Amino acid sequence: MGLSWMAWTWQTGLFFGVIALLLVAMTLRELQRPGGAPRHGVLGLDTTRGDRLFISLLGSAYIHLAWLALVPWPLWWALVLSAIYAALVFRYV
Amino acid sequence: MQKTLNNKAWFMVLPVLFIVALNAIVPLMTVVNYSVQDTFGNNLFFFEGTRWFSEVLASERFHDSLLRQFFFTFTILVIEVPLGVGIALTMPRRGFWSSVCLVLMALPLLIPWNVVGAMWNIYALPDIGLLGYGLNWLGIPFDYTQQPVSAWFTVILMDVWHWTSLVVLLAYAGLRSIDDNYYRAAQIDGASRWAVFRYIQLPKMKHVLTIAILLRFMDSFMIYTEPFVLTGGGPGNATTVLSIDLVKAALGEFNLGVAAAMSIIYFLMTLLVCWLFYTLITQGEKK
Repeated sequence: MGLSWMAWTWQTGLFFGVIALLLVAMTLRELQRPGGAPRHGVLGLDTTRGDRLFISLLGSAYIHLAWLALVPWPLWWALVLSAIYAALVFRYV
Repeated sequence: MQKTLNNKAWFMVLPVLFIVALNAIVPLMTVVNYSVQDTFGNNLFFFEGTRWFSEVLASERFHDSLLRQFFFTFTILVIEVPLGVGIALTMPRRGFWSSVCLVLMALPLLIPWNVVGAMWNIYALPDIGLLGYGLNWLGIPFDYTQQPVSAWFTVILMDVWHWTSLVVLLAYAGLRSIDDNYYRAAQIDGASRWAVFRYIQLPKMKHVLTIAILLRFMDSFMIYTEPFVLTGGGPGNATTVLSIDLVKAALGEFNLGVAAAMSIIYFLMTLLVCWLFYTLITQGEKK
Protein backbone atom coordinates (compact mmCIF):
# COMPACT_ATOMS: atom_id res chain seq x y z
CA MET A 1 0.00 0.00 0.00
CA GLY A 2 1.45 3.33 -1.03
CA LEU A 3 1.03 6.50 0.92
CA SER A 4 0.03 8.65 -2.05
CA TRP A 5 -3.56 8.90 -0.78
CA MET A 6 -2.24 10.74 2.27
CA ALA A 7 -1.00 13.48 -0.07
CA TRP A 8 2.25 14.12 1.80
CA THR A 9 4.28 17.27 1.20
CA TRP A 10 7.79 17.76 2.54
CA GLN A 11 6.53 20.68 4.60
CA THR A 12 3.92 18.64 6.47
CA GLY A 13 6.37 15.74 6.70
CA LEU A 14 8.85 18.06 8.37
CA PHE A 15 6.12 19.33 10.70
CA PHE A 16 5.22 15.86 11.96
CA GLY A 17 8.87 14.83 11.94
CA VAL A 18 9.72 17.68 14.30
CA ILE A 19 6.89 16.69 16.65
CA ALA A 20 8.03 13.05 16.60
CA LEU A 21 11.62 14.18 17.26
CA LEU A 22 10.43 16.33 20.17
CA LEU A 23 8.73 13.28 21.71
CA VAL A 24 11.85 11.15 21.22
CA ALA A 25 14.03 13.92 22.66
CA MET A 26 11.74 14.25 25.68
CA THR A 27 11.90 10.48 26.25
CA LEU A 28 15.69 10.41 25.99
CA ARG A 29 16.02 13.35 28.34
CA GLU A 30 13.72 11.66 30.86
CA LEU A 31 15.82 8.48 30.67
CA GLN A 32 19.05 10.41 30.98
CA ARG A 33 17.93 12.89 33.62
CA PRO A 34 14.71 11.79 35.30
CA GLY A 35 12.88 14.82 36.60
CA GLY A 36 9.57 14.77 34.80
CA ALA A 37 7.56 14.51 38.02
CA PRO A 38 4.78 17.10 38.31
CA ARG A 39 5.70 20.52 39.67
CA HIS A 40 3.58 23.46 40.69
CA GLY A 41 3.82 26.35 38.25
CA VAL A 42 2.68 29.94 37.94
CA LEU A 43 -0.75 28.97 36.62
CA GLY A 44 -1.39 27.00 39.81
CA LEU A 45 -1.29 23.74 37.86
CA ASP A 46 0.77 20.64 38.53
CA THR A 47 2.44 19.88 35.22
CA THR A 48 4.90 17.26 34.04
CA ARG A 49 7.34 17.84 31.18
CA GLY A 50 4.92 16.12 28.82
CA ASP A 51 2.10 18.45 29.92
CA ARG A 52 4.32 21.43 29.27
CA LEU A 53 5.12 20.15 25.78
CA PHE A 54 1.41 19.74 25.10
CA ILE A 55 0.63 23.25 26.39
CA SER A 56 3.47 24.64 24.25
CA LEU A 57 2.29 22.88 21.08
CA LEU A 58 -1.38 23.74 21.57
CA GLY A 59 -0.55 27.35 22.43
CA SER A 60 1.74 27.58 19.39
CA ALA A 61 -1.08 26.41 17.14
CA TYR A 62 -3.28 29.20 18.50
CA ILE A 63 -0.47 31.76 18.16
CA HIS A 64 -0.08 30.80 14.49
CA LEU A 65 -3.82 30.98 13.83
CA ALA A 66 -4.12 34.35 15.56
CA TRP A 67 -1.14 35.61 13.58
CA LEU A 68 -2.73 34.48 10.30
CA ALA A 69 -6.00 36.14 11.22
CA LEU A 70 -4.74 39.41 12.66
CA VAL A 71 -1.18 40.25 11.61
CA PRO A 72 -0.11 40.99 8.01
CA TRP A 73 3.57 40.06 8.56
CA PRO A 74 5.13 36.70 7.55
CA LEU A 75 4.26 33.66 9.60
CA TRP A 76 7.89 33.08 10.62
CA TRP A 77 7.45 35.71 13.31
CA ALA A 78 4.66 33.60 14.77
CA LEU A 79 7.14 30.72 14.92
CA VAL A 80 9.62 32.93 16.80
CA LEU A 81 6.86 34.05 19.16
CA SER A 82 5.83 30.40 19.69
CA ALA A 83 9.40 29.43 20.54
CA ILE A 84 9.55 32.20 23.14
CA TYR A 85 6.16 31.10 24.46
CA ALA A 86 7.32 27.46 24.67
CA ALA A 87 10.49 28.49 26.51
CA LEU A 88 8.41 30.46 29.02
CA VAL A 89 6.02 27.52 29.47
CA PHE A 90 8.90 25.12 30.14
CA ARG A 91 10.49 27.55 32.55
CA TYR A 92 7.53 28.80 34.56
CA VAL A 93 4.31 26.75 34.04
CA MET B 1 -1.43 4.33 49.35
CA GLN B 2 1.92 3.64 47.77
CA LYS B 3 1.51 2.86 44.09
CA THR B 4 3.81 0.44 42.34
CA LEU B 5 5.68 2.17 39.55
CA ASN B 6 6.72 0.06 36.60
CA ASN B 7 7.40 1.78 33.32
CA LYS B 8 7.26 -1.53 31.44
CA ALA B 9 3.49 -1.29 31.84
CA TRP B 10 3.58 1.29 29.08
CA PHE B 11 4.15 -1.55 26.61
CA MET B 12 0.62 -2.73 27.46
CA VAL B 13 -0.62 0.48 25.84
CA LEU B 14 0.95 -0.42 22.48
CA PRO B 15 -2.10 -2.21 20.98
CA VAL B 16 -4.28 0.79 21.82
CA LEU B 17 -1.68 3.11 20.36
CA PHE B 18 -1.72 1.05 17.18
CA ILE B 19 -5.50 1.22 16.86
CA VAL B 20 -5.57 4.95 17.66
CA ALA B 21 -2.83 5.48 15.08
CA LEU B 22 -4.95 3.81 12.42
CA ASN B 23 -8.26 5.44 13.20
CA ALA B 24 -7.17 8.85 14.47
CA ILE B 25 -3.57 9.83 13.91
CA VAL B 26 -3.23 8.74 10.27
CA PRO B 27 -6.51 10.43 9.19
CA LEU B 28 -5.53 13.54 11.15
CA MET B 29 -2.16 13.65 9.38
CA THR B 30 -3.98 13.31 6.05
CA VAL B 31 -6.23 16.22 6.97
CA VAL B 32 -3.17 18.31 7.83
CA ASN B 33 -1.73 17.39 4.42
CA TYR B 34 -4.95 18.36 2.66
CA SER B 35 -5.13 21.66 4.52
CA VAL B 36 -2.03 23.03 2.79
CA GLN B 37 -2.92 21.84 -0.71
CA ASP B 38 -5.47 22.22 -3.45
CA THR B 39 -6.85 19.38 -5.53
CA PHE B 40 -9.08 18.95 -8.54
CA GLY B 41 -9.46 15.22 -7.98
CA ASN B 42 -7.48 12.36 -9.49
CA ASN B 43 -5.07 12.44 -6.52
CA LEU B 44 -3.31 15.50 -7.96
CA PHE B 45 -2.37 18.04 -5.32
CA PHE B 46 -0.89 21.54 -5.49
CA PHE B 47 0.85 23.16 -2.56
CA GLU B 48 -0.94 26.27 -1.29
CA GLY B 49 0.77 26.93 2.04
CA THR B 50 -1.42 28.59 4.65
CA ARG B 51 -3.84 30.09 2.13
CA TRP B 52 -6.87 28.03 3.24
CA PHE B 53 -6.29 28.87 6.88
CA SER B 54 -6.22 32.61 6.12
CA GLU B 55 -9.32 32.20 3.98
CA VAL B 56 -11.27 30.28 6.61
CA LEU B 57 -10.23 32.61 9.43
CA ALA B 58 -11.44 35.62 7.43
CA SER B 59 -14.57 33.94 6.08
CA GLU B 60 -17.88 35.31 7.25
CA ARG B 61 -19.50 31.94 6.62
CA PHE B 62 -17.13 30.28 9.07
CA HIS B 63 -17.68 33.02 11.68
CA ASP B 64 -21.45 32.60 11.35
CA SER B 65 -21.45 28.83 11.76
CA LEU B 66 -19.03 29.12 14.66
CA LEU B 67 -21.35 31.63 16.31
CA ARG B 68 -24.34 29.35 15.75
CA GLN B 69 -22.33 26.45 17.16
CA PHE B 70 -21.50 28.37 20.35
CA PHE B 71 -25.08 29.56 20.65
CA PHE B 72 -26.36 25.99 20.35
CA THR B 73 -23.85 24.55 22.83
CA PHE B 74 -24.35 27.37 25.33
CA THR B 75 -28.14 27.15 25.15
CA ILE B 76 -28.38 23.41 25.63
CA LEU B 77 -25.88 23.49 28.52
CA VAL B 78 -27.83 26.26 30.25
CA ILE B 79 -31.02 24.23 29.90
CA GLU B 80 -29.82 20.65 30.33
CA VAL B 81 -27.54 20.96 33.35
CA PRO B 82 -29.97 22.69 35.76
CA LEU B 83 -32.89 20.65 34.41
CA GLY B 84 -30.95 17.40 34.80
CA VAL B 85 -29.93 18.26 38.36
CA GLY B 86 -33.51 19.28 39.15
CA ILE B 87 -34.92 15.98 37.87
CA ALA B 88 -32.25 13.96 39.69
CA LEU B 89 -33.18 15.75 42.94
CA THR B 90 -36.85 14.82 42.59
CA MET B 91 -36.22 11.17 41.73
CA PRO B 92 -36.89 8.60 44.49
CA ARG B 93 -33.66 7.59 46.19
CA ARG B 94 -34.37 3.88 46.46
CA GLY B 95 -37.00 1.23 45.88
CA PHE B 96 -39.10 0.12 42.92
CA TRP B 97 -39.83 3.59 41.58
CA SER B 98 -36.20 4.62 41.48
CA SER B 99 -35.53 1.71 39.07
CA VAL B 100 -38.55 2.68 36.97
CA CYS B 101 -37.33 6.29 36.79
CA LEU B 102 -33.81 5.19 35.86
CA VAL B 103 -35.02 2.98 33.01
CA LEU B 104 -37.36 5.70 31.72
CA MET B 105 -34.53 8.21 31.90
CA ALA B 106 -32.17 5.90 30.02
CA LEU B 107 -34.60 5.32 27.14
CA PRO B 108 -33.85 8.44 25.04
CA LEU B 109 -30.13 7.68 25.32
CA LEU B 110 -30.64 4.30 23.67
CA ILE B 111 -32.18 5.70 20.49
CA PRO B 112 -29.76 6.12 17.55
CA TRP B 113 -29.12 9.72 16.59
CA ASN B 114 -30.53 9.56 13.08
CA VAL B 115 -33.72 7.99 14.48
CA VAL B 116 -34.02 10.85 16.98
CA GLY B 117 -33.68 13.30 14.08
CA ALA B 118 -36.29 11.48 12.00
CA MET B 119 -38.68 11.21 14.96
CA TRP B 120 -38.52 14.91 15.70
CA ASN B 121 -38.72 15.73 12.02
CA ILE B 122 -42.13 14.08 11.83
CA TYR B 123 -43.19 15.12 15.34
CA ALA B 124 -42.62 18.81 14.54
CA LEU B 125 -44.12 18.90 11.04
CA PRO B 126 -46.71 21.71 11.00
CA ASP B 127 -49.33 19.78 9.05
CA ILE B 128 -49.19 16.23 10.47
CA GLY B 129 -46.78 16.29 13.44
CA LEU B 130 -48.25 16.38 16.93
CA LEU B 131 -45.98 19.18 18.14
CA GLY B 132 -46.17 21.31 15.00
CA TYR B 133 -49.89 20.86 14.49
CA GLY B 134 -50.61 21.37 18.18
CA LEU B 135 -48.68 24.65 18.37
CA ASN B 136 -50.39 25.98 15.24
CA TRP B 137 -53.75 24.90 16.64
CA LEU B 138 -52.98 26.92 19.78
CA GLY B 139 -52.45 29.94 17.56
CA ILE B 140 -48.63 29.93 17.74
CA PRO B 141 -47.27 30.13 14.20
CA PHE B 142 -44.80 27.27 13.95
CA ASP B 143 -43.09 25.90 10.85
CA TYR B 144 -39.53 24.72 11.30
CA THR B 145 -39.06 24.29 7.56
CA GLN B 146 -39.65 28.02 6.99
CA GLN B 147 -38.98 29.97 10.20
CA PRO B 148 -35.49 30.07 11.71
CA VAL B 149 -36.88 30.59 15.23
CA SER B 150 -39.08 27.50 14.95
CA ALA B 151 -36.14 25.51 13.56
CA TRP B 152 -33.91 26.55 16.47
CA PHE B 153 -36.66 25.82 18.97
CA THR B 154 -37.09 22.31 17.54
CA VAL B 155 -33.36 21.56 17.39
CA ILE B 156 -32.81 22.68 20.98
CA LEU B 157 -35.91 20.90 22.27
CA MET B 158 -34.78 17.73 20.50
CA ASP B 159 -31.35 17.88 22.08
CA VAL B 160 -32.82 18.59 25.51
CA TRP B 161 -35.14 15.60 25.10
CA HIS B 162 -32.32 13.36 23.94
CA TRP B 163 -29.53 14.28 26.33
CA THR B 164 -30.90 15.72 29.57
CA SER B 165 -31.14 12.10 30.76
CA LEU B 166 -27.38 11.81 30.69
CA VAL B 167 -27.05 14.73 33.11
CA VAL B 168 -29.85 13.23 35.23
CA LEU B 169 -28.13 9.85 35.47
CA LEU B 170 -24.76 11.36 36.33
CA ALA B 171 -26.25 13.78 38.87
CA TYR B 172 -28.31 10.94 40.36
CA ALA B 173 -25.18 8.80 40.74
CA GLY B 174 -23.51 11.76 42.49
CA LEU B 175 -26.48 12.21 44.81
CA ARG B 176 -26.62 8.53 45.68
CA SER B 177 -23.01 8.58 46.82
CA ILE B 178 -23.83 11.06 49.62
CA ASP B 179 -23.89 9.41 53.00
CA ASP B 180 -27.18 9.61 54.91
CA ASN B 181 -25.35 11.04 57.91
CA TYR B 182 -24.89 14.33 56.09
CA TYR B 183 -28.66 14.68 55.75
CA ARG B 184 -29.19 13.73 59.38
CA ALA B 185 -26.67 16.32 60.50
CA ALA B 186 -28.37 18.93 58.31
CA GLN B 187 -31.75 18.00 59.81
CA ILE B 188 -30.43 18.35 63.36
CA ASP B 189 -29.00 21.77 62.49
CA GLY B 190 -32.37 22.75 61.03
CA ALA B 191 -30.90 23.46 57.59
CA SER B 192 -33.30 24.63 54.89
CA ARG B 193 -33.81 22.65 51.70
CA TRP B 194 -31.76 25.25 49.82
CA ALA B 195 -28.92 25.01 52.35
CA VAL B 196 -28.86 21.22 51.99
CA PHE B 197 -28.59 21.62 48.24
CA ARG B 198 -26.03 24.40 48.35
CA TYR B 199 -23.70 23.01 51.01
CA ILE B 200 -24.13 19.24 50.77
CA GLN B 201 -25.54 18.08 47.46
CA LEU B 202 -23.95 20.53 45.07
CA PRO B 203 -20.36 20.16 46.40
CA LYS B 204 -20.76 16.37 46.36
CA MET B 205 -21.98 16.48 42.77
CA LYS B 206 -19.16 18.73 41.62
CA HIS B 207 -17.09 16.01 39.96
CA VAL B 208 -19.92 14.27 38.16
CA LEU B 209 -21.31 17.62 37.02
CA THR B 210 -17.92 18.61 35.59
CA ILE B 211 -17.92 15.34 33.66
CA ALA B 212 -21.54 15.90 32.59
CA ILE B 213 -20.73 19.40 31.33
CA LEU B 214 -17.62 18.13 29.55
CA LEU B 215 -19.54 15.32 27.84
CA ARG B 216 -22.44 17.55 26.88
CA PHE B 217 -20.11 20.28 25.67
CA MET B 218 -18.09 17.96 23.46
CA ASP B 219 -21.11 16.11 22.13
CA SER B 220 -23.06 19.26 21.33
CA PHE B 221 -20.01 20.96 19.88
CA MET B 222 -19.57 18.09 17.45
CA ILE B 223 -23.28 17.46 16.84
CA TYR B 224 -24.11 16.54 13.27
CA THR B 225 -26.63 13.78 12.70
CA GLU B 226 -29.65 15.07 14.61
CA PRO B 227 -29.82 18.63 13.17
CA PHE B 228 -28.81 17.29 9.76
CA VAL B 229 -31.73 14.86 9.69
CA LEU B 230 -34.12 17.37 11.28
CA THR B 231 -33.44 20.59 9.39
CA GLY B 232 -30.48 19.85 7.10
CA GLY B 233 -28.97 23.11 8.36
CA GLY B 234 -31.96 25.13 7.15
CA PRO B 235 -34.09 27.06 6.61
CA GLY B 236 -31.40 28.77 4.55
CA ASN B 237 -28.33 28.45 6.75
CA ALA B 238 -30.20 29.18 9.99
CA THR B 239 -29.23 25.97 11.80
CA THR B 240 -26.00 25.23 9.95
CA VAL B 241 -23.66 24.48 12.82
CA LEU B 242 -19.93 23.90 12.33
CA SER B 243 -20.05 20.21 11.52
CA ILE B 244 -22.83 20.63 8.95
CA ASP B 245 -20.93 23.49 7.33
CA LEU B 246 -17.80 21.37 7.31
CA VAL B 247 -19.51 18.47 5.55
CA LYS B 248 -21.05 20.90 3.05
CA ALA B 249 -17.58 22.28 2.24
CA ALA B 250 -15.87 18.88 2.10
CA LEU B 251 -18.41 16.65 0.39
CA GLY B 252 -20.95 19.08 -1.09
CA GLU B 253 -18.50 21.49 -2.68
CA PHE B 254 -15.44 19.20 -2.66
CA ASN B 255 -13.35 22.04 -1.25
CA LEU B 256 -10.94 19.66 0.44
CA GLY B 257 -8.35 22.31 1.32
CA VAL B 258 -10.84 24.68 2.92
CA ALA B 259 -12.63 21.84 4.69
CA ALA B 260 -9.34 20.45 6.02
CA ALA B 261 -8.31 23.88 7.34
CA MET B 262 -11.75 24.21 8.96
CA SER B 263 -11.40 20.75 10.51
CA ILE B 264 -8.06 21.61 12.03
CA ILE B 265 -9.35 24.85 13.55
CA TYR B 266 -12.40 22.94 14.81
CA PHE B 267 -10.16 20.20 16.20
CA LEU B 268 -7.95 22.74 18.00
CA MET B 269 -11.00 24.25 19.66
CA THR B 270 -12.25 20.89 20.92
CA LEU B 271 -8.74 19.97 22.00
CA LEU B 272 -8.40 23.16 24.04
CA VAL B 273 -11.74 22.68 25.77
CA CYS B 274 -10.97 19.02 26.41
CA TRP B 275 -7.66 19.95 27.96
CA LEU B 276 -9.28 22.65 30.12
CA PHE B 277 -11.88 20.23 31.47
CA TYR B 278 -9.36 17.42 31.89
CA THR B 279 -7.12 19.78 33.86
CA LEU B 280 -10.05 20.96 35.95
CA ILE B 281 -11.01 17.37 36.79
CA THR B 282 -7.54 16.02 37.50
CA GLN B 283 -6.34 19.09 39.45
CA GLY B 284 -9.63 19.08 41.38
CA GLU B 285 -9.09 15.44 42.36
CA LYS B 286 -5.67 16.21 43.77
CA LYS B 287 -7.08 18.79 46.18
